[in-house]
Amino acid sequence: MIRPVAKFVILAVVCSVLSAVSLRAGDWKQFRGNEANSVASGESLPTELSGSTIAWKAALPGRGVSGPVIVDGRVFVSASSGYTQNRLHVVSIDAENGMQLWQRQFYAAGRTQTHEKMANATPTMASDGQRVFAFFSSNDLFCLDLKGRLLWYRGLGREFPNASNSLGMSSSPIVVGGILVVQVESDAEAFACGVDVITGETRWQIQRPRAANWTSPALIPGRAGRAAQVLLQSSKGLTAVDPESGKILWDFDKGASTIPSATVAAGTVYVPSNGLTALKPGVDAVEQLWNSGSISPATSSPVVAGNLALVLNSSGVLNAASLETGERVWQLRLRGPFSGTPVFAGGHLYLVNEAGVAFVVKPEADQGTIVSELDLGETILCSPGVSGGGLFVRSDGHLIKLATPK
Amino acid sequence: MAGLSGGWSAGRSPGRAVVVRAVAGVLALLVVLAADAGAAKKKERPDAITEAVGILQSAKTAGQGSRENQRALVALTGSGERAMLPILTGFQKATPEGLNWLRNAFEQIAESLRASRKPLPADALRAFVMETGNSADARRLAWDTLVSEDARLAEQVIPGMLNDPSPEFRRDAVELLLKQAAQVEGAAATDLYRRAMGGAVHEDQVKTIAEALRKAGETVDISRHFGFVTSWKIVGPFDNREEKGFAVAYAPETEIAQERPNVEAEYDGMNGKVRWQTVETTDDFGVVDIAKQIENFKGSVMYAVAEWSSPAQQTLQVRLGTPNAWKLWVNGALVFEREEYHRSTQLDQYSVPVQLKPGVNVLAFKICQNEQTQDWAQKYQFQLRVCDSTGVGVLPGPVVVRNGVSRKTALNKGGAE
Repeated sequence: MIRPVAKFVILAVVCSVLSAVSLRAGDWKQFRGNEANSVASGESLPTELSGSTIAWKAALPGRGVSGPVIVDGRVFVSASSGYTQNRLHVVSIDAENGMQLWQRQFYAAGRTQTHEKMANATPTMASDGQRVFAFFSSNDLFCLDLKGRLLWYRGLGREFPNASNSLGMSSSPIVVGGILVVQVESDAEAFACGVDVITGETRWQIQRPRAANWTSPALIPGRAGRAAQVLLQSSKGLTAVDPESGKILWDFDKGASTIPSATVAAGTVYVPSNGLTALKPGVDAVEQLWNSGSISPATSSPVVAGNLALVLNSSGVLNAASLETGERVWQLRLRGPFSGTPVFAGGHLYLVNEAGVAFVVKPEADQGTIVSELDLGETILCSPGVSGGGLFVRSDGHLIKLATPK
Repeated sequence: MAGLSGGWSAGRSPGRAVVVRAVAGVLALLVVLAADAGAAKKKERPDAITEAVGILQSAKTAGQGSRENQRALVALTGSGERAMLPILTGFQKATPEGLNWLRNAFEQIAESLRASRKPLPADALRAFVMETGNSADARRLAWDTLVSEDARLAEQVIPGMLNDPSPEFRRDAVELLLKQAAQVEGAAATDLYRRAMGGAVHEDQVKTIAEALRKAGETVDISRHFGFVTSWKIVGPFDNREEKGFAVAYAPETEIAQERPNVEAEYDGMNGKVRWQTVETTDDFGVVDIAKQIENFKGSVMYAVAEWSSPAQQTLQVRLGTPNAWKLWVNGALVFEREEYHRSTQLDQYSVPVQLKPGVNVLAFKICQNEQTQDWAQKYQFQLRVCDSTGVGVLPGPVVVRNGVSRKTALNKGGAE
């Protein structure tokens, strides 16, 4: 028989665990979200943006193109500072109130030069829920626990001194199981590797096409007995690898963009290749479903919303294409240019242009409509993060949370 | 027992005195033992700190030893304030990996002190900052920590940092002088700009200062300030069509690698016979513009060599910028190569540590142009300077003299001494 006090304790523990699980379900753990597809499932964000939907602004210690990740109610974002961008920052901020929880700073061991529009802090951080991984253009890779304690560090820029790009590197690593997949590709040296999230040691490494490449790995999540696949994109095409071993599973060799990355929805891959190309991946082969030359992503990666593939072109026009055929269904002129990839949440697409104007667009079967817009007044180049009813973006100076006023 | 508790003294009785002495001896022994134990404990703590600093200081590449590093990190952060100075001192011989581990330990301790409202060891940190022989990174970390508590320190300390070994301190000191110069005019402003130039190592500050001084009618030699190599012997073009020439060792390259470059030789180039020619640059930033000064040979390789006289054996840096693929040799040894085309260029784009010998050293550069046709892919140029780790330009030393006779150039007829 359980005594009342014990019952209370058990109940409290269960509630606490459930609460934690609930919070963790709202995490946004890497570039373009947990499944790297820019979709915030189960999230509801404000659709009528206004000054009152700015929940808070928190000062950042440096510049960055990297987007925020959110883990267990804490926002993590990287930044870089110093005349040579050799100071690397990782900042943890309370998602609820915008208060800084901690800040850590490190030294870059790799080359820190980037195009002036980019920053050393261009790749977005990643997390496995217990640790955060901060990667920089200089190929410095840090793993910290959620309290800012260093767990391991890799100076990949030092280990591979030719794997750099004088314009800057931007590929954001992703976590799959116990492996952090890192893509480091440049004209002079190129590789991808799987790093053990616990020890920081390399579990596998493969050579990649030697050519400048700013794309990030995409993910086919492991489901229904099928193992996860990581998609590595380059000018040569798209290669699926086993995240555990680095084994190449299949290869699409018709070329692909080196800036916007592939996205995956319902088992189909939408890759920026000769416009936009849909692929049906198997375990060890891939089949092309369609190609649409008229749908051409610029910098932002494609996003799938319902039955539409949404793509921002270089003129700042949002194109919607049928998922079945790739044919363009409608266009909506926005004010570009856009650097970040939009997110889809609660039936709406959230986009922020480089000038810092946030748009909420309702994508419907036959048209797209601007629901609201808000000028945030700061240059914003990142891809937003979504968690707990908040949309998080960062500028060079601030981390900003947009949410429905309480 | 009542007697003991009632007070006792030697001399009340011989037997009692023995007991008292015995007790006193035991007590003294206990005191000594306790003192020893205390001393040992005190000794043990710094050893634990030293050991942990040593582990982090030698942190390895490739993620090796991360668990041991984590334990050392916990040991240091658990030691609190007492570990702060040993951590900073540990920067001096730390690997690049070690620097980041040590920094994280220091920051955690500082954060913990702030959270518990305990004071920083400010005097010790300040003394550490002022000792310029300490690691520049460690001094700056100590400084940032101090200034976060008391911003007024900058006014007292930064003016004295103009010639500091740390480029960041120098930058701050230059910035201060520039602000002062902007508030005065005439000779007073010129004097401040001149002083600022003495410490400036960053391009943006040097440009600002040079512009102000030139406007005031002063002569400024930016190229000399940065230590650019401005006189070169150049030969080419050799074939680099389809970017195949990067990997080909043409005749000049073979001579360079054998430390015997012969600037009087003639070679078969891609368009016929080629000979070395002297190319001087008067550009402020030492840019040797092959496209303008010679010709933009598409799909070509050029070789450039220069002498650099060093008064002693020394470790310096060659810093260079180029949008073209390149290889660099120092005294015949290949020190770095990079096959990247037209991803921009800038001052100090690459920094390569080099060992220079006393006497004449030979810097040799291979530069490759590809066949891209875009207008942004037509640059064919390089800039190269010699500096110390702070970025202060280092000029060649006096000509080495042997038996009262100037040494022959290393570039003539095979480069024999």
